[in-house]
Amino acid sequence: MSIFVDENTTVIVQGLTGSQGRFHGLRNRDYGTKVVAGVTPGKGGTDVDGIPVYNTVAEAVAATGATASFVVVPPAFASAAILEAAQGGITFIVCITEGIPAHDEARTYNRLVEEFPGVRLLGPNCPGVISPGKCNIGITAGEIALAGGPVGIVSRSGTLTYQALYELSQQGVGQTTCVGIGGDPVPGTNFIDCLSAFQDDPDTKAVMMIGEIGGSEEERAAEWIAAHMTKPVVAYIAGVTAPPGRKMGHAGAIISGSKGTAQAKMAALAAAGVHVCQNPTEAGEKMVELVRAL
Amino acid sequence: MDLFEYQGKQYFARYGIPVSDGDIADTVEQAVAVAGRVGYPVVLKAQVKVGGRGKAGGVKLAANPEEAARHAASILGLDIKGHVVGRLWVEHASDIAREYYASFTLDRPNKVHLGMLSAQGGVEIETVAAESPDAIATLAIDPVVGLDVATARRWVAEAGLDEAARAGAADLLVALYRCYTEGDCDLAEVNPLILTPDGRVHALDAKVTLDDNAAYRHPEWEEFRATETEDPREQMARAKGLNYIGLSGSVGIIANGAGLAMSTLDVVNQVGGSAANFLDIGGGADAGVMAAALEVINHDPSVRAIFVNIFGGITRVDEVARGVLEALGRVEIAAPIVLRLDGTNAEEGRAILAPHLGENLMTEPTMLDAARHAVALANR
Repeated sequence: MSIFVDENTTVIVQGLTGSQGRFHGLRNRDYGTKVVAGVTPGKGGTDVDGIPVYNTVAEAVAATGATASFVVVPPAFASAAILEAAQGGITFIVCITEGIPAHDEARTYNRLVEEFPGVRLLGPNCPGVISPGKCNIGITAGEIALAGGPVGIVSRSGTLTYQALYELSQQGVGQTTCVGIGGDPVPGTNFIDCLSAFQDDPDTKAVMMIGEIGGSEEERAAEWIAAHMTKPVVAYIAGVTAPPGRKMGHAGAIISGSKGTAQAKMAALAAAGVHVCQNPTEAGEKMVELVRAL
Repeated sequence: MDLFEYQGKQYFARYGIPVSDGDIADTVEQAVAVAGRVGYPVVLKAQVKVGGRGKAGGVKLAANPEEAARHAASILGLDIKGHVVGRLWVEHASDIAREYYASFTLDRPNKVHLGMLSAQGGVEIETVAAESPDAIATLAIDPVVGLDVATARRWVAEAGLDEAARAGAADLLVALYRCYTEGDCDLAEVNPLILTPDGRVHALDAKVTLDDNAAYRHPEWEEFRATETEDPREQMARAKGLNYIGLSGSVGIIANGAGLAMSTLDVVNQVGGSAANFLDIGGGADAGVMAAALEVINHDPSVRAIFVNIFGGITRVDEVARGVLEALGRVEIAAPIVLRLDGTNAEEGRAILAPHLGENLMTEPTMLDAARHAVALANR
């Protein structure tokens, strides 16, 4: 099994006619993802390499029965696109858009929670989700993932997600699902959502978690792990040497005062029984060791 | 982007938040002229983006033109924690009956806005939070609902603000919330928020951090951007569209993705080195971006070795390799380059570099190996 997406997930791409949307949408389809439609206002009736394009999400859903959406639109249009997806009947939304203003993210998140409680948003500013061999929504290069499990991955960072997939796949250790939750201040899906789903997924036997400086999501995850998680967790936190007060690329990756340091996060996770590693390679090796001992 | 106090006050004023009458001054003459216009007594305040100005002698009261001139001369050019004062804010001095604290920021764990209000203002809010947390009245605000006057009135009462200040403070808080949201602030803080003896409430200081992601809908921020004093390396990187932060070590770092770049800094540190910078070339970087990144690093004289750590996703490793060759052809790169290349089109990328490898251009199979090699070169 897998979490969030599987071989039956049908996907529309909002922004399929743009250069990014076309590139990643077609790459996802080539991977085997059921990409059934695109949505671009004013481009309804056309197609992108055989994928029909509709003017609205509602039309696309009515025609195809899609349940998931991949949002690839510029920051100024992303919030409206996410809400349109929810209004149109989509229940799982992946938004990779980088650079959405924090106030827009906060409003959009709360509108989803209040008006569409059954809808899950992944991102924004995330690499997406891949259940190897079944479904890939987002920008992850599918070939670095390995199907068959037993490891679930959840990560705040894009490239470090690829690094984690690669370290495991190289050693012949597969993944059930790899979720990139993104590094923005208001992520739609957080560590706990993913840890909880992995805990409930019978095929996931261990979880790798990749965090970074800023915020307190890792500390909250540590509390949740201590209370609920029975499967082993390996963690790596990026940014041990990051200077306070500077945003390290991601809007969320900033140490404020004494809060959000990698050291504090690592200590919290270690106290929760998590195997905390010093770099991605060590984390990969630790996970391989754990999986081989299962 | 952090604003100077005077910019924060000007930003507040746009949203109808009362601030003292004042203006900026870059010379003693200008300071005296502004003081004459706003009326004595005046306060002269150093405009630096660092706390502790008062203790450092950067805030002075003047009762007449002679004092204003003397204080302006002493503050201009003053070094406050490494920030040299080049600009003053001169405003009419307010009579203060009471000092409060107010701020809005994003409560990230709870995904709502967080208002903080305290009757104990004028001191570090962190100190208040540590010593008497009950003195801060927090308010969780649903971003969909916002803040109305009725809620603000209950809030000022709960915070224990003096009766005389409550109506004015409630109105000011609603205006400050509008500034925070419509003005796309990460932080809007007033400390102190004052009550004057004649019953008026206004902002005596302004601390504003703007959300850079919202710059596209705020053309008026251009004037704030113009006064940003940046590390020259960071200026050059920004001009080339790169995400760069200058540090003080000797290993230049180039990576794709913020997480991988941070991780690269950590690994360099773990094997006994120190990074000269953080540089994320982002997703989908082409040869031109890679070449620009190398040029920025090359500009830093403290760099003794360069570690290029690429895991191709959207970024294609062959493009990165072409960028390295382009940079080597365009400028003389002073430090040796160690590359670790994996991911999309890594084979092609390594093949492109193969004929050019030597003592100034090397590849290593893993991130750790490459870090060790680069650190050894930097430390030799």
